[in-house]
Amino acid sequence: MLEVKNLHASVEGNEILKGINLKVNPGEVHAIMGPNGSGKSTLAQVLAGREEYQVTEGEVFYKGKNLFDLSPEDRAREGIFLAFQYPVEIPGVSNTNLLKTALNEIRKYNGEEELDAMEFLSLVKEKMKLVELEKSFLSRAVNEGFSGGEKKRNEIFQMAVLQPKLAILDETDSGLDIDALKVVANGVNKLKTKDNATILVTHYQRLLNYIIPDFVHVLYKGKIVKSGGKELAYELEEKGYDWIKDTEEVNV
Amino acid sequence: MENTLNIKEWYLSQFNDFEKRLNGESEGSIHLLRKDALNNFSKLDFPTLKDEEWKYTNITPLLKHNFVTSFDDTDIPAEKIKSKLLIEDEHSLLVFINGYFSAKHSDLNKLPKGVIASSLAKAIKNNLSNSKDYLGKYADYNDYIFTALSTAFIRDGAFIYIPDGVIVEEPIHILFITTSENKKLLVQPRNLFVAGKNSQAMIIEHYAGAEDSVYFTNAVTEIRADENAVLDHIKLQEESNSSFHFARMEVDLERSSNFTSHTVSTGSSITRNDFNSRFNDEGGECTLNGLYMIEDSQLFDTHTLIDHAKPHCVSHEHYKGILDDTSRGVFNGKVMVRQDAQKTNAFQENNNILLSDKALVNTKPQLEIFADDVKCSHGATIGQLDDDAMFYLKTRGIGEESAKAILMHAFASDVITSIKNKSVRDHFEKIISQRFNK
Repeated sequence: MLEVKNLHASVEGNEILKGINLKVNPGEVHAIMGPNGSGKSTLAQVLAGREEYQVTEGEVFYKGKNLFDLSPEDRAREGIFLAFQYPVEIPGVSNTNLLKTALNEIRKYNGEEELDAMEFLSLVKEKMKLVELEKSFLSRAVNEGFSGGEKKRNEIFQMAVLQPKLAILDETDSGLDIDALKVVANGVNKLKTKDNATILVTHYQRLLNYIIPDFVHVLYKGKIVKSGGKELAYELEEKGYDWIKDTEEVNV
Repeated sequence: MENTLNIKEWYLSQFNDFEKRLNGESEGSIHLLRKDALNNFSKLDFPTLKDEEWKYTNITPLLKHNFVTSFDDTDIPAEKIKSKLLIEDEHSLLVFINGYFSAKHSDLNKLPKGVIASSLAKAIKNNLSNSKDYLGKYADYNDYIFTALSTAFIRDGAFIYIPDGVIVEEPIHILFITTSENKKLLVQPRNLFVAGKNSQAMIIEHYAGAEDSVYFTNAVTEIRADENAVLDHIKLQEESNSSFHFARMEVDLERSSNFTSHTVSTGSSITRNDFNSRFNDEGGECTLNGLYMIEDSQLFDTHTLIDHAKPHCVSHEHYKGILDDTSRGVFNGKVMVRQDAQKTNAFQENNNILLSDKALVNTKPQLEIFADDVKCSHGATIGQLDDDAMFYLKTRGIGEESAKAILMHAFASDVITSIKNKSVRDHFEKIISQRFNK
C-alpha cells in the first residue's frame, strides 16, 4: 500500500528526514516512535503533502502511484488521512460544512454519487457515537474553542466519516487523559479492517496498550534506527529513548 | 485645479436647472437651507490627496464627468423591482427611481399605526412630524463639500418616523434604483430617520444600479434615535461598477438608545462612506459592522467616527474587506473618548484579505482618549488566507477552489451573523456565496 524509499526532506534548508525506508501493507498497524525532534511529525506532514517541506531525495509509492505526483487533496481523495498533532481552528466553518464538502469531493473523485442531506446526516450520527461526541458539536466551528481532547476526538471522527485507506495519526495521544485516550483508541480499533492501514506516530508507549501495533519503528535523527514487533515498544518504555541514543552513538 | 473649478461651475449651473423645476417649492425654509448650502458649496474645494481625510482616495475620476441632476421622469418595469427584494413577501417597501419616490412600486400598507414612511418631498411639503426641524441638523454642510452639494439639491429621499413606544416588527426596505441609461445622472437621495422613545425598527437602505451605467450617487442619511430606542440599520450597496457612490450617515444617539449598522458592499468605481455617530447621553450602544468585497480597479473608502461624548456607552466596530485584482481599500476608523466619557467600552477592528498581489489596503484605526477609566481596543490586519487552514481542508479532500471559497465565506459572514432578522441574514449569506462560488 505504502512504500517509502530513502526519503530525505528538509525545511528551510535543514535536513530533517535523512533516508527513511518503510513499507506498509493493508491491514497493518505501524507505530513510529521517537524522541522529540526526531522527524516523526515531518514524516507525517510530508506524506500528507505539506508544501513547506522539500523532498530532496527518495521516493514514495502509494497504491502503486508516485505520491509526489498527487496534490494534498488528491492524496486525501485516494484515501490518505492525516490526523493532525495540532488540529487547525477554522472560525466560521462548521464541522458539518467541512465534512459534507470533504466527503462529497472525495466521492465525486472516486466516481460515486454525492450524498444527500439525509444520507449524510445518518452517516454522521452513526460515526459520532464512535467517539462519543454530542450532536451540538456538528454546528460548532471546526476546532474553534475546543479542548485538547475534543480536537483529537474530532480528528478521529473525521477519519470515521471519510473512511480512509491509510490513516496517519500524528501524536493523537499526546495530552489526552486516560478516558479520552480510550475513546480515541477505541475509535481507531473499530475502524480497522483488513483493507486499511494505520500509522501511529507517537512519543509515548501508552497508546500502544490500547492499539496493538504489528510493527514498531524507532525514528531517531531522521532515520529509522530500529524496527521490530510490539515488544520493541515495551523495551523502549522500559529503557527510555536514551537507550536508542546510546546505541546510536556506539554505532557511529 | 482648473478642472475642479470647471466642475464646480458645472454643478452651480445644474442648480439653476434644478431650481427652475421646483415648481412653487422654491419658497420657504427648505429653500433657504438649499441656498445656504449652495453658497457653502461654491466656497469649498473638492478634496485632493493633500487633505488628510482624503489621503488615499483620489477623486479625480469623479470630477471628470459632467453629471446631470436627475429628475422625476423615469419608470421601470415591476419585475426589476421584484428581483431586488430581499425577502419574499416584503412588508414595507419604499422604492426610489433615480432618487425619486415611486408610489406605484412602493407598498406601505402594513406599517403599524402612527409610523410614517414616506417620500421626503411629501414630508417637507406637509412638515410631517416636524421633519423640517431635523433636516440638515445632523449632517453639517459647512466643511464637507459633498454634504453641501447634497443639501443644496435636497428634493427627495426617504423619511421614516417611528412614534414613541411603537415597535415595527418587519424591516422597512428602502430601495434606490438608478437607471441612468446614456445620461450620466447625479442622484442625491436625502434620508431622514427618526426613532422615538422606546421605539424599535429595522431600516434597510439598499442601493442598486443598472450594470455598467455611469452615475453618481451622493447620499446623505440623518438618523436620530431617541431615548431607549432600538434601531437596526442595514446598508446594502450593489451599485454599478462604473458608478460613484459617496454617502454620509450621521447618527445622533440619545440616552440608552441602541443603534446597529451593517454595511454590505460590492463596491462601485469609487466608494466613499462617511459614517459619524455621537452619544449625546449615557448608556448608549452603537455597533458598526461592515463588509466590502471588491475587485478589478474598484476603490472602497470607509471613514468612521464614533464620538463617545458621554459616560457609560459601548461601541463595537468591525469592518472586513476582501480585495481582489488591483482593487484598493481605505479604512479610517476614529473613536473619540472625551474627558467626560468615563466607563466607555470601545472596540474597533478592521481585517482584510488580499487575494491578489496588486490589491492594496490602507487602514488606520485611531483612538483618541481623554478619559482615564475606559476600556478600549483597536486593531487591524491585512493578510492572505490562512495557509494552515487551507492545508487542513485540503488534507480532507477539499480542492483548492472550494477550500478558498469556504474560508472566504467564513471570513465574510462573521460580520453579518449579528443581523437580527433571519431572512435578511440569509439573503446576505446568499450574496456572499454567489460571490465566492463563481
